[in-house]
Amino acid sequence: MIDTVEIRSPGETHIEVHKFYSGAISAVVVLALVVQTLLPVYFRRVELLELPLLVTIYFGISRRNPSSGLLLGMIIGLLQDSLSHKPLGLNGIAKTIVGYLASSVGGRIDTEHPVSRFAFTAALMAVQQCVIVLIRRLLLAQPERFFSLHFVAAMGVNALAAVALFALLDRLRKPS
Amino acid sequence: MIAIPSRHRSLALLGVFLAAQVFLLAVQIRNPRGHLLRAWSISLISPLGRAGSWGVTHVRGAWSQYFALRGAQRQNEELRREVGDLRLRVQQLEVRAADADRLAALLQFRDAHKETPMLAARVIGAGVDPASQIIYIDRGSRDGVRRSMGIITTDGVVGKAVEVFRDASQVLLITDKESGIGAMLADSRVQSPAGGTGEPLLVLKYLDNDIKVQVGARVVTSGMDRIFPPEIPVGTVAEVKPGNPFQQIRVKPAAHLDRLEGVFVLLTLQPLETQSEPPANPQPSGAPGAGSPAVSSPPKTLPVPGHD
Repeated sequence: MIDTVEIRSPGETHIEVHKFYSGAISAVVVLALVVQTLLPVYFRRVELLELPLLVTIYFGISRRNPSSGLLLGMIIGLLQDSLSHKPLGLNGIAKTIVGYLASSVGGRIDTEHPVSRFAFTAALMAVQQCVIVLIRRLLLAQPERFFSLHFVAAMGVNALAAVALFALLDRLRKPS
Repeated sequence: MIAIPSRHRSLALLGVFLAAQVFLLAVQIRNPRGHLLRAWSISLISPLGRAGSWGVTHVRGAWSQYFALRGAQRQNEELRREVGDLRLRVQQLEVRAADADRLAALLQFRDAHKETPMLAARVIGAGVDPASQIIYIDRGSRDGVRRSMGIITTDGVVGKAVEVFRDASQVLLITDKESGIGAMLADSRVQSPAGGTGEPLLVLKYLDNDIKVQVGARVVTSGMDRIFPPEIPVGTVAEVKPGNPFQQIRVKPAAHLDRLEGVFVLLTLQPLETQSEPPANPQPSGAPGAGSPAVSSPPKTLPVPGHD
C-alpha cells in the first residue's frame, strides 16, 4: 500500500499532507480488521464499534488524496465484506464513497481538532449508512430503515472512539 | 493524450470503482456462491485472528489468575495468621489442661495423705550449675517452709529444702551427690540409706551381699530420716551388682526429676512416730552419705513457722 502521497491541488496555495511510516497503513488496516473480528467475541457491546470505517476516515482526512482515499476505502470495504456474510461490494461501495469524501473534504476543513473529528466521523458514518441502505433497497431488494436507535448509538460510540483513535494514530505520522 | 485534472481523475476513479463493485454485486445476486476474495481474506485474517484469540485468552487468563492469586495471597496471609493464633491458643489450652491434670493429681495425692501436712508449690527454676542438682520452688519462709523439709511429688521423693527465702526455696534433689534419704526395700523391709551420685540413678548403700535384691524391686522411704514419712516411693531397683563389702544397687527415682512442675512441701511440724525408735539398720560412722542432713542430722523438733 502507498504510505506517502504527493501534493497535487493546483487550485490551492497550501494543503498539509501527512505522511506515515512505511507499512503503517497496511498494518493498521489489518490490525483493525483483526480486532474487529476478535473484540465482539469477548465483548458483545463492542459490536457497535466499526474500526474499519474509522481507519478509512482517518487515512482519508490525513492523506487528503481522493484517489488513494477511495482506493483504500474500497480495499477495506471489500475485506470487511469478505470477512462477513454480506455480499462483496456492500461495504466496498460505501467505504469507497466515505474514503473519497474524507480525503476530499479533509483538505477543506480542519480535521485536527477533536470536535471536528467527532462531527466529521458522525457525518461520514451517516453517509455510509445511507449508502448501504440504498444499495440494499435498490440492488439487493432488502428493505432496511435508514436510521434507528441502534445506529444513533453506534454513531455516538464511533464518533467518540474516533477522537481517541485518531489521536493514537497521529503518532504514526512522520514528523513534517 | 488528453490531460485529466486530478479532481476529475479521482471522480473518474470513483465512478469506475463504484461501477465495478455494483457489477460485482450483480454477479453475486445471480451466483451467490463463495468468492475467491473471501477465501483470500479469511486466509489472511484467520491466522492473525487465531493468534489474537490465543493472546486474548492468555492475557485474560493471566489477568484473572493474577487477581485470583492476589486474593489467594491475602486469604493465605489471613489463614496463616488465624492458624498461628489457633496454635497459640491450643498451646495455652494444653498448658492449662496439663496444669489441671497435675493439680488434680496433687489434690488426689494430698487427700490420700491427709495425716501429713503438705504445701503445694510450683517449680520456678533450676540451678545454673550442672554439678549441683537443685531446683527452686515458689514457696518460702512466709509459707511455712523450713530448711530440711522434704519435697515430694505424687510419684515419689524429690529432695529437701536446703535454703529457704521469704518467697522461694532452694531444693536439693535426691540425685545430688550430697543428698541422702532413709529408704527401705518395700517387700523385704530391709532398710538402707539411699543417696545421690550426681547421676540420674540413686544408690542403696550398706546392703550386705547375702541380702537378696531383685531388679525392679520397689524402694520406699523408711521414715528413719525424720523428714519423709514412711512408704513414700523412692524408686525401683535398676541394677544389682555384688560388691565388697556391700552390694552395688542402683535405683531409678520414682519422681520424674527431669520434668518437675508441681511439688509438695512436707510441713512436718511434729516429730514422726519413728523418732523415738532406734534405727533398724545403724549406719557405720564415716560412711558416705552419713553426713547428709537428711539422714544423719534430722531436726529433733521442727522449727516454728516464721522463725527460720
